[in-house]
Amino acid sequence: MKARLPLTILTALLIFAAGYAALFIAPEEKTMHAIQRIFYFHLPSWIAMFSAFSVVFYANVAYLITRKRKWDALGVSGVEVGVICCTIGLMTGPLWARPVWGIWWTWDARLTTTFILWLLYIAYLLLRGLLEDPEKKASLSAIFGIFASLDIPLVYLSNRLWRTQHPQPVILGGQGSGLDPTMGKVLLLCVIAVFCVMILVLVDRYRLELLRNECDELRFAIESRGAESGSNPLRANEPALGKAGR
Amino acid sequence: MKNFDFLFTAWMVVWAVFFTYEISVARRITQVRQEIERLKQQLQQAQG
Repeated sequence: MKARLPLTILTALLIFAAGYAALFIAPEEKTMHAIQRIFYFHLPSWIAMFSAFSVVFYANVAYLITRKRKWDALGVSGVEVGVICCTIGLMTGPLWARPVWGIWWTWDARLTTTFILWLLYIAYLLLRGLLEDPEKKASLSAIFGIFASLDIPLVYLSNRLWRTQHPQPVILGGQGSGLDPTMGKVLLLCVIAVFCVMILVLVDRYRLELLRNECDELRFAIESRGAESGSNPLRANEPALGKAGR
Repeated sequence: MKNFDFLFTAWMVVWAVFFTYEISVARRITQVRQEIERLKQQLQQAQG
């Protein structure tokens, strides 16, 4: 954890640089004017979400193959962080849509598949909360996580496959797509800044899950010892907190 | 700057959501660490 402080400082500097570049350096778009600058936080939040959910997919597959708890910990951490990024995208999108489209929301393919993706991963978190047995919880959530990830390519391809209110892709979108070079550089800076924040948050969330596993192991050791001696030392001194921080 | 209120709100949403979440994770880490310390002491007492 020695690298944590420099990384946090670097990320903070990147956030300020990205904010300054997005608001003052990026050229103004001809039709949408200032409101188009939401693009510099909106798109990076989706890129961070896709990255987090890709980590989840990898972790879920790795858990089902190896049955190691670290992969389950990485899976649930990635889901929580991915849901946060998705929530940001779903909140900044309507703030951009309202002045440009005149509506906050429409049920087009891109918006609907994204909303379904958000609901699926919320369901993943709820499912974990309902299950007590750690093995069952990890296995079922890994299977559900893989199922939920089927929506990721649909979200990505939705505005390529169908006509949508949501704009066609400006990056890797084929003929007629593309960005002004300065806009591209500013976007890259914003993507790096949001990505760094996502990584820092993911590392912390993963650390929390490992600590919870350690906590569970200690509880199990105390309960086993209590069962051997005929008493339950855990219950005798149980604090109000219960299962720490859950 | 036209529509600055929407732009400012979006900007605030991004960082407010990230920082609120990070604070919640840090708070939960502190709670779990305290719980681990308490359980370790309890285990030592049970062994001793």
